[in-house]
Amino acid sequence: MRPAVSSSRSPFLAKKNKTPTEQIVITVAPSLFPWFPFRPQPPARYWQEPQKKDENKVEIDGKVTKQAPLQRKDKNAQKAKKRKPEEVEDHGKKFISGVRLLCEQLRCRVISSKVLLTKNYLFPFNLRFLEGDEGEDTCTISQEDIANAVDITSGAKYFNLKLSQFGPYRLDYSKTGCHLVLGGRRGHVACIDWRSKQLMCEINVMETVNDVKWLHSEAMYAVAQKKWLYIYDSNGIELHCIRKFNDVLRMQFLPYHFLLATASATSFLQYLDVSVGKEVAAICTKTGRLDVMCQNPQNAIIHLGHHNGTVTLWSPNQKEALVKMLCHQGSVRSVAVDKTGTYMVTSGMDKKLKVYDVRAFKPLKSYFIPAGASCLSLSQRGLLSAATGDIVQVYRDVWSTPVNKPYMAHRVRGAVWGLHFCPFEDVLGVGHGDGFTSMLVPGAGEPNFDGLDANPYRSAKQKQEWEVKALLEKIQPELISLDPTELGHVDQATLEQRHQDRVQALGFDPLAKEKFVPKYKKKGRSSAGSVERRKKQVGHEDQRDMIRKTVEDKMKIEKERQEREKKASVFSSKKSALDRFKK
Amino acid sequence: MKVKVLSRNPDDYVRETKHDIQRVPRNYDPTLHPFEVCREYTRALNATKLERVFAKPFLASLDGHRDGVNCMAKHATSLSTLLSGSYDGEVKVWNLTKRQCVRTLQAHEGFVRGMVVRSCGTSFFTVGDDKTIKQWKMEAPGYGEEEEPLNTILGKTVFTGLDHHQKDAVFATCGQQVDIWDEQRSSPIRSFTWGMDSFSSVRFNPVETELLASCASDRSIILYDMRESMPLKKVIMTMRSNTLCWNPMEAYYFTCSNEDYNLYTYDMRYLEQPVTVHMDHVSAVLDVDFSPTGKEFVSASFDKTIRVFPKDGGHSREVYHTKRMQHVICIKWSADNKYILSGSDEMNIRLWKANAAEKLGVLTPRERQAINYGQKLKEKFQHHPQVRRIARHRHLPKNIYHQRNELRIMKEARRRKERNVRKHSKPGAVPVVSEKEKHVVTVVK
Repeated sequence: MRPAVSSSRSPFLAKKNKTPTEQIVITVAPSLFPWFPFRPQPPARYWQEPQKKDENKVEIDGKVTKQAPLQRKDKNAQKAKKRKPEEVEDHGKKFISGVRLLCEQLRCRVISSKVLLTKNYLFPFNLRFLEGDEGEDTCTISQEDIANAVDITSGAKYFNLKLSQFGPYRLDYSKTGCHLVLGGRRGHVACIDWRSKQLMCEINVMETVNDVKWLHSEAMYAVAQKKWLYIYDSNGIELHCIRKFNDVLRMQFLPYHFLLATASATSFLQYLDVSVGKEVAAICTKTGRLDVMCQNPQNAIIHLGHHNGTVTLWSPNQKEALVKMLCHQGSVRSVAVDKTGTYMVTSGMDKKLKVYDVRAFKPLKSYFIPAGASCLSLSQRGLLSAATGDIVQVYRDVWSTPVNKPYMAHRVRGAVWGLHFCPFEDVLGVGHGDGFTSMLVPGAGEPNFDGLDANPYRSAKQKQEWEVKALLEKIQPELISLDPTELGHVDQATLEQRHQDRVQALGFDPLAKEKFVPKYKKKGRSSAGSVERRKKQVGHEDQRDMIRKTVEDKMKIEKERQEREKKASVFSSKKSALDRFKK
Repeated sequence: MKVKVLSRNPDDYVRETKHDIQRVPRNYDPTLHPFEVCREYTRALNATKLERVFAKPFLASLDGHRDGVNCMAKHATSLSTLLSGSYDGEVKVWNLTKRQCVRTLQAHEGFVRGMVVRSCGTSFFTVGDDKTIKQWKMEAPGYGEEEEPLNTILGKTVFTGLDHHQKDAVFATCGQQVDIWDEQRSSPIRSFTWGMDSFSSVRFNPVETELLASCASDRSIILYDMRESMPLKKVIMTMRSNTLCWNPMEAYYFTCSNEDYNLYTYDMRYLEQPVTVHMDHVSAVLDVDFSPTGKEFVSASFDKTIRVFPKDGGHSREVYHTKRMQHVICIKWSADNKYILSGSDEMNIRLWKANAAEKLGVLTPRERQAINYGQKLKEKFQHHPQVRRIARHRHLPKNIYHQRNELRIMKEARRRKERNVRKHSKPGAVPVVSEKEKHVVTVVK
């Protein structure tokens, strides 16, 4: 057994390898978790030269936290470019022009009457923003400035963990966004309640860690290690070593199906049902090493990126890919699908960033990024973060409007390895060669969570209740398909088949229209001629009915088409000067 | 620079004290709740399974009779009172809430053939094999008093059935003929005969109170108007009907239990063919009773089972049986629509739930809400094969199960033969006769 020892909360760790022959005592560096509230300073602007390392190096010991406020003050004083907080409040006075002021007032009034009273009252925090001054790009605003401009609790969400020894780090936030698991490439795994900055557990697995993933709750997480897949609990105790899952590189957890999907170096895509511990499917994709993976949260389809530039879509029910899309010229470096399951963003070695509509499998936008993006992540509100080398850029509205510059940018120390937006928070977690950085990204997270689904403030009792309910309504893996509403449709084929079977069994069609048999009439009115005439009349009537129906259908379709055109023309009725030449 | 980020105050989301209820903010945005159909389907499947788990319909067995139970009567005003008469002429009055016999009286010599409670609930009538009609007080006699009928009428022939008018002091009996009696007189005010046959059952229409229907042993069902001297019309079927029951809500429909294992629902105005044929029993059907809502009825059969049918469904939605229950002779649906009472050959009266999985007793609002939600889901996904398979599954005693399969094979063979005959005959020479048309011989007016 390899040592997977749970640790106390002390940052000083001493681990013993259990193999009696070796008896190596490994001491993990004391500086694993420099806790707050002081921040190791990255450069204020990412294009500036990074400051000397000596300035940033922080000596850690237990007393640091108490000294921290002083340190922070000193830094503020030293900083030349520091903004005064008053400036923000004076902002309104900067509008000198009357028109501008009026506009602003009008906008405020509209907002106050409509949004604030209706939407904002019901759903607070719907309006979040980052706006620069006139002539200032929002991407030039540093995290420091943002953290200082917002309130203390929000400001504390910007922090760095200097973990240079076991990096680079991958990370994952739990479904409620409360907990963070970090997995260092060189074996360091740590779980953190990142809001209260409490360390839940910290272990060194003494092996390469490829990926980490929370399971359905913060009680368990899966770690893809050098050889096998392991599951640990939140105290760092090894629960399972799953030898059926080897050489796993990337993992995705499907929360409503309780499936852990893994992509391995041996080109296997495997599904593990974590509620019963069984392998649901093992698919040999025959496409080489699988290190690009994401899931579509709307239909639980797994997207894999390959070296030949294709992205393939998989479900556990089929041994072949559902869809193969050629997305890039070179290999695919990263894939992300948004929360609504509509858009897929891919980046490749050809330094392109492409946006696809995954419902129609159509390309929407293509951007050129000079350095190429190695990691992508989409937030709940549709912000896209892309990592190029050691720079993290955040883009807004990549699928609706052509974007020419990032919304935000930040330089971290070391190449970015993992990138993840925190659910229900305006926070982007970045795992890199030198540890972990939590960035503030205004407008990223969903502000209004649903208390019965993923509640960041749930009590222990509520969590138990939720877990039982979630397990009860676990969706079976057979129901995964490209269209998740398929189950609600009428099965027309089976319906027809059953009707045919019934006709076969009965020997006649019970639903068929009865043939018209003319009534017998007296006084010579049932002569052969008049019977024929009556039959003809009825037949004629039937035909008229049918024709009337088809004509009505046609008119209806025509009307719909006209309405659609009308609508489209209203949208595109911007008259251009060239319209006069149109015939 | 202007910036606003998400900053939540935990006090807005966490309850203040332990005695408050938890705060649960909701957001019904569909993108936060994916797999809507799949999750609802899973819930529906679970609800269906739970329904089958909790389906325990048998509540109690009332024992005390010393011979088989031949007839039962519901009290007109009291839900908890039931009267039963047995083969040895004994009548017992039961308190259903205590599940106890409160009174026993020796009413007749030989069978008690019929029993009915007066519409006011103060007295009841019994008829027996000893050719008498007796009227009894509902209260037990005082201490030291003899158990004496209020009134005894000696008839000329044996009476086999009895029913009371909804409001008036008039009742009807059947035997060799159908007689209408005034409570004050000792001879019938009117007698109906049609041919020379005996009758097994007579029932007053609950809405058009002057109308009656009776089942005769010459395979016919006859309709009467009390105000006329002659019967109205009759329908003759291929086999004899044992009893019939009017639908209390749509009183132009009645359902009769037949010897040919089926039940037939007829429209009184159009007797040429039944509205619905209810099939599932594997032996003669002996008794039938409608629920007070008129949406379902329950039937008792010689095959030792009880089945619940929807009023317009061809097959039963529920089947009740126990190892010990023998041929079920009489059946009643309680007036609060919750219970079913069955009297059987082996001297017991059994109390069943009308809805097998229903939880009895007071429900909390949350319980009720959960049950209603489950009900709706089951309804929504009822046609999905998995859900339907579980919802329809019933355990049957081995002999009934085999008998049912045997009947099915026989029916299929007959149908196949007919189809082949039709195939090899001149077109139109062998017409398709529907199941409904098969069982009616003729209608006589």
